[in-house]
This record gives sequence, C-alpha cells and structure tokens, in this order.
Amino acid sequence: MSCDYARTALHGYLDGELDAARSAEFERHLENCRECTNTLAEQESLRSSLQRSGLYEQAPLSLRKTIRAELERGTSSPAKRWIPDWRWITAAASIVVVATIAWYAWPRPGTGAGTAAAPFTAAEMIDAHIRSLQPGHLTDIASTDQHTVKPWFNGKLDFAPPVKDFADEGFPLVGGRLDVLAGRNVGVLVYARRKHIINVFVLPTKEPDTPIHPPGLRQGYQWFHWRRQGMEYCAVSDVSLADLHELAQLIYQ
Amino acid sequence: MSGFDQGSSSDVLDVHERARFEQLVLPHLDAACNLARWLLRSREDSEDVAQEAMLRAYRFFRGFHGGDARAWVLQIVRNTCYTWLEKNRPVELMTEFDEELHPQQGASPESLAIAGDNRERLRRALETLPPRFREVLVLRELEGCSYKEIAAITAIPIGTVMSALARARQRLQRALTQAPAQEASREL
Repeated sequence: MSCDYARTALHGYLDGELDAARSAEFERHLENCRECTNTLAEQESLRSSLQRSGLYEQAPLSLRKTIRAELERGTSSPAKRWIPDWRWITAAASIVVVATIAWYAWPRPGTGAGTAAAPFTAAEMIDAHIRSLQPGHLTDIASTDQHTVKPWFNGKLDFAPPVKDFADEGFPLVGGRLDVLAGRNVGVLVYARRKHIINVFVLPTKEPDTPIHPPGLRQGYQWFHWRRQGMEYCAVSDVSLADLHELAQLIYQ
Repeated sequence: MSGFDQGSSSDVLDVHERARFEQLVLPHLDAACNLARWLLRSREDSEDVAQEAMLRAYRFFRGFHGGDARAWVLQIVRNTCYTWLEKNRPVELMTEFDEELHPQQGASPESLAIAGDNRERLRRALETLPPRFREVLVLRELEGCSYKEIAAITAIPIGTVMSALARARQRLQRALTQAPAQEASREL
C-alpha cells in the first residue's frame, strides 16, 4: 500500500468522520487513485460482512437477571431508610393534622362529605399495590380497551373514575379493579409498562387541584400523587421513576 | 485515564439512583457483553467480567453526571477486561504483537484453516488480532461507536483513532486472506 490516503483519510471517509473539506478533498483524490478506489471497495465489503456476520454478542437473559438481583442487594433498603422519616411524618401528622405535610408525603385524602378523617397512608396503598400483584388479584375486569373498563365501574362506585388507555404512549391499560383503602372504596386502573405493573388509585376528593407531587417511596415502590378535577390520584409501581412520571403526566392532562 | 471521571465509589445507592441507573446504564448491557466477549475471547469469562463491570459502574454511578452513558459504561468494561487479562492471562498482553504466532486457546489448527463459513472465518480472524486492534474494530463495526466515543472508551487520543482503525482493518484483512503462519513471519 503506497498511497498515504489509503492509510488514513480513506478510513475517516469510510466512517463518515471527515469534515466537509477533507471529505471533498478525498473524493477528488479518489477520482485519480486506483489504489484508493480498490481499497475503499474492499473495506466497504469487509465492513458489510462484519456487520452482517451476527458476531455481536448479546447479553444472556440469565446475566440480566443476576445483575438485577445484585443491584437489588446493593440498593439501600427503602423500608429501612424510610422508617425514621415515616415515623416522624406519622407523629407530625397526629400533631399538625392538617395538610401542611401534604407536600412532603402522602397527603390526607379528601375526606368526602364530612366523613371522619380516614387517612389512607402510604403503607396501606403500598400494601394494596403488593396485594394486587398476587396471582389473580390484579384486575376484576380485563381491558380490551377503555370502553370495556369504564362502564364496568358503573354502579360499583359512587363516582366514575376517568379511564383512558395510553397504549400508544407505551402504557397499555390492562384493566380495572375495586379496592378498599382505609375503609373507602377506591377505583384502580391498572397499566402495564413492559413487564411492570402500575396501579393508579382513584377516589373523589373535595380538595382543590394540585400539581403532581414529588415522588414518594417505600419498600422499593414509588408513587406520584396529585389531585385533579375532584379526583385524588396515586400512581404506584416498581417501574422507573421517569416512566411513572410520564404516565402521571399523561393522566394529568 | 481520559474521557470520563468515574467518580467516587459508594456501595449503596438509593432507589432513585437505582432507577436512574436502570434507565441509563442497564440498556447497555448488550454492549458491555459484546465488548467483553471480544476482548477476552471467551463467552464464559466475558459474562463474569461484564457482570463485575456493571456492578462497578453501579458503585461509581454517582460520578456519572450525564452525557454518553454507553461510552461511560464501556470504558469501565474495558478497564475491567484489561485488569482481568493482566491477572489471568498476562502473557497475552505482554506479547500483544506476537499473538499471531500463538493463535489463542480453543483455536484448533482445523479452525484456523480458511473455512467456507464466513462468520467463522471472520470470528477467527478478529480473534487473532491484538486486543488494541480488536477493540477499535469491535467498537466501530459491531457497536457503531463514533471516533469520539472510541477515544473516550479506549483512552487513545481522538486524533489517532482513525489511524488505529486503518491499521486494525489492514491487519484483519490480512488475517482473512493469509495463513496465520505466513502472517506471523512476515509481519514481525
């Protein structure tokens, strides 16, 4: 190989890494250099064999699982970390009572028409979420689309939870369920995100709208809470925070 | 070491950071395995090393402040691979440029004969290249990395990525067209 270009610029050209001026310069050179023309053709064919060869080694599923399990062990236990905070919140709640802590953690729910305070705590909500993940507990009505889920709630609740399918956005509606949280009937919309399940608890409130609150976490589950148009929402899942927030925003709109 | 600050290690991340790690870094597990497999030339070893590298990445994750997550994690994978090679196959690194004299373990003489199977031929040829050439080829052709990413991952100056690739491609081509014995005596 005698041509200097063939040893250097040709590769930058092949890789699309030359700037416009050097690229043009190389193209001019190419018109007169048989060696570079041949080398370029050879290299292009070598590249395409490499790329078509199936030599790329993907991670086996078992490794993926092992790593996830290892991460699990390497993550600080949210339950442990949260107990002190949570106790503090509970204590504060019993003293302060009103919703000054609403911003910080699970706010007191709208208590409906004069019902006594029925605080539904993060613990109750996470328990309900975990319970729903047991076999056969996830949905009472499976979804074919939002039109099968919405009417199903009729007559089962004294309110109509807004039901929307976000399959196009990557959150297919799996179904709906009735749950009881702190003695109150709650509608639950079940969404999927890849292999993860997201429960969205919905119940009516008389409190004013809020933005989507900062996330809460407990036992490895995270949630977003907000109030909108007379409904109280809480979306809880083990899915990534970004995904969960995306769904919260979709519902919020 | 150039490219990225791997940051300080911390053994325990909280749930939010783990979620962020899962979102930004775990998607590059395939890339991690692929690079490790080609650097170590062994699937079993590469799985162990890729796992170790991912967990190291997890420990160093606080030091990752955004940017190219793939390049960041591949840099860690590469470092982990070289550390592993130094420990387990030091000869391989020391005699880097003699490698063609010693086709690696598992490479039987029959398999080095130019087989009809294109994939097998390519695999053998790639495996006979010294690791420094092999890695730039794998990063460029299999992983589709830019020169900038290759420079960050392999810690070679960006200005030399192009010539490193040029040499690696020449070597690969020769390995494909010539018998290994001839190659060794001529090149060295």
